[in-house]
Amino acid sequence: MVTITPKKEFKQPIFAECITPDALKDKHPDEIAQLKVWEGNKQLNFGELFKTEDDANAQNAESFTITLKGDFGKVRRVGYGMSMGEIYVEGNVGMYLGQKMCGGKITVIGNAEGWAGSEMKDGTIEIHGNAGDYLASPYRGSTVGMHGGKIIVHGNVGTDAAVYMHGGIIKIYGNTGQFLGFRMRDGTIHVLQNADTRVGASMTGGKIVVSGFLQEVMPTFTLDSIKPKVKIEEGDTANGPFYMFIGDLAERGEGKLYVSKDKNPQLKHYERFL
Amino acid sequence: MELLIKNGYVYDPINNVNGEKMDIAIKDGKIVETVNEHRAKKIDATGLTVMPGGVDIHCHIAGAEVNTGRLLRPEDHVKDVERKTALTRAGVGYSIPSTFTTGYRYSRMGYTTIMNPSMPPLEAKHTHEELNDTPMLDKATYPLLGDWWFVLEYLNRGDIEGCARHVAWMLRTTKGYAIKIVNPGGLESWGFGRNVHSIDDPVPNFCVTPREIMRGLCKVNKLLNLPHTIHIHTNNLGIPGNYVTTLDTMKCLEDLSPDGKPIGHITHLQFSSFKGDDWPTMSSAAEEIAKYINSHSHLTFDMGQVIFTDTTTMTADGPFQYTLYELSGHKWANGDVETETSSGIVPFQYKRKSVVNATQWSIALELALLVNDPWKMFMTTDHPNGGPFTAYPKIIAWLISKKARLATLKKTHPKAQKRSLLPSIKREMSLYEIAIVTRAGQAKALGLKNKGHLGVGADADVAIYNINPEKIDIARKYKLVRRAFSHAAYTIKDGKVVVKDGEIIQHASGRTIWLDVKTSEPEKVDEEMKQKFRDYWTVEYDNYPVFDHHVTVPDPIPVEAKV
Repeated sequence: MVTITPKKEFKQPIFAECITPDALKDKHPDEIAQLKVWEGNKQLNFGELFKTEDDANAQNAESFTITLKGDFGKVRRVGYGMSMGEIYVEGNVGMYLGQKMCGGKITVIGNAEGWAGSEMKDGTIEIHGNAGDYLASPYRGSTVGMHGGKIIVHGNVGTDAAVYMHGGIIKIYGNTGQFLGFRMRDGTIHVLQNADTRVGASMTGGKIVVSGFLQEVMPTFTLDSIKPKVKIEEGDTANGPFYMFIGDLAERGEGKLYVSKDKNPQLKHYERFL
Repeated sequence: MELLIKNGYVYDPINNVNGEKMDIAIKDGKIVETVNEHRAKKIDATGLTVMPGGVDIHCHIAGAEVNTGRLLRPEDHVKDVERKTALTRAGVGYSIPSTFTTGYRYSRMGYTTIMNPSMPPLEAKHTHEELNDTPMLDKATYPLLGDWWFVLEYLNRGDIEGCARHVAWMLRTTKGYAIKIVNPGGLESWGFGRNVHSIDDPVPNFCVTPREIMRGLCKVNKLLNLPHTIHIHTNNLGIPGNYVTTLDTMKCLEDLSPDGKPIGHITHLQFSSFKGDDWPTMSSAAEEIAKYINSHSHLTFDMGQVIFTDTTTMTADGPFQYTLYELSGHKWANGDVETETSSGIVPFQYKRKSVVNATQWSIALELALLVNDPWKMFMTTDHPNGGPFTAYPKIIAWLISKKARLATLKKTHPKAQKRSLLPSIKREMSLYEIAIVTRAGQAKALGLKNKGHLGVGADADVAIYNINPEKIDIARKYKLVRRAFSHAAYTIKDGKVVVKDGEIIQHASGRTIWLDVKTSEPEKVDEEMKQKFRDYWTVEYDNYPVFDHHVTVPDPIPVEAKV
């Protein structure tokens, strides 16, 4: 159980891959202070930028928890590759939150910047604020997307979320930007509010559910049927009715795109193809 | 500046020195007989292995296609970042590192001379700009001339002497080092969406065949007295069953070498040694190819070893790269370089569990080990096509140790294991043979008189590795050898110690070697030729040549041609 607070307001981006339960477990605050982080182009000791305190009250908690207090909006790669334990962020957090994580849980009360959950394999990320662009997407050019785990965003999400997704579940309670699930291959995405256009472009598999408004569906998708409800995961069903589209046919895809029928009267003209 | 390397085990195959304990004296960037022992700076090489600096005959490290590869693969950069130090610049890239990083990484492995094998003449300026920025190494580049319109026209007319004068002019114009031929005829056909499928398929619009192109340029090469032979990337590369074409290619040059001297270099031979009718039945033709090479002396080759890793394939062979894109479904770039050549780039991951990839891995090692004469065989990965050059120490380990080969083979696909000849091959190379396949042989094949050996008068390019050949059995302790070859104890470039214990300690710029071929009658640059540039190129003739100021540290080698 440790609590970490920044010693100053950061102007440069900080790369702190060491903020993971795996790296900090069983370490004394003095040892933690010796770990290396990058501030801009300078490598510094962890202790020069952050204050670390052992939280004696919480020793009995079930799993090792790191609490981040203060503004971590410029701190990147928090929870990089973590496999166990918990990270609790009380404010905002910077880019690449939980990149390549394969277990454990991250909770963010504020907002997360781009590439949260990038290339993650397992574990849970819950963001109570908004998430930036490229949520759960791989680095530019890479084709290795999210392979498993669960991401829940209570706010809105930027563009290009879940690019090259291969597995896992993403739940978005707010709205999303363009290109949700671009080149997705497997997994499930549920958007409870509205989605911007080009949802599921080039997808070849998986499931995207939009419970809100979606202006238009890509012309390479075809309407298959109307479903009363869709199963998201065990114990969670989205109630419809939904138009079920199949696509992206330009990629000979068999992905499923469900769009709410009631919220999207502009898609009614597709019904003549049924 | 004097330097004395004392008491090392010296491996210098060109001068028949096989692991003898001796001193190497260096003065003013050259190897000399003796130096003043009191004045000279001394390196104690007791218990260390001393070799000439490494020479790489074939690695794509500069030019338009390498740079397009960099643009295509941001994800290759993000996973491999080198920060700047007080001496070295920052750089990125795993399979296609940026120019400075390329220089540093080669130098850390004890390499001092490298050859960039495919330069479209139109991109010569770009290539030289990048070579200027590749430090620590001497380098040269081969212009692609196998599908060059002027060459095809001369060969169509049967005018070998005219062609020779033109090639001499091209080598000077592009500041090149050797004649590179890639899929002869196929690249020109690719401009029309076609390819050639045997060495006797005619090239559209030119009425010549790949056989005529290779034979013609081989004769040109002899007329011009070029130090290196023609450098051939065969037709049908990377297609199952292509070993027949490869054997045809080798046979078609046979009679051009009456004295048995090498007249052709087949590059990345592994990619040209596939048997079978299609991918599921693809298997190794290493036995057939090795048998031919063992019984003939007119050819040399390099391996084109495949490494199980994520890399970027790039060749001037546009049609092959398109095939590779169709196989992998990965992102790709492909281009047709005006009247000169084509090109293509596809990222590729060689997997142990893929039968084809594992067989490819096995083919290269089979070729290397089944060819008896190490002077014919050179170690490459065709960087970055088979894997990045940083994997060379791994290949050395596979060559010197059966244990190392079988350890890797065990992890590959069972079908590939069954097809592999490696369990039946006992040969384990010695350090002397490694010195041949990584430096001496390559320098000899390239005709670089001052490279690849430690005789008096040679350039003072030396690599010292932390291997004690008397204390360790290299075949058993291959991991130690691998580590030693990836971090040279010392690298000495032109008499300066540039690397110590695997770290750069001094900067060196390195020279760009090119051939200043002198013909008795120079190529006429007449109005007709200039008009052709106006008609077919996007640049005027006057803007075409690489001018002297484009090469910062030039090292021209004068060559007297027979025409």
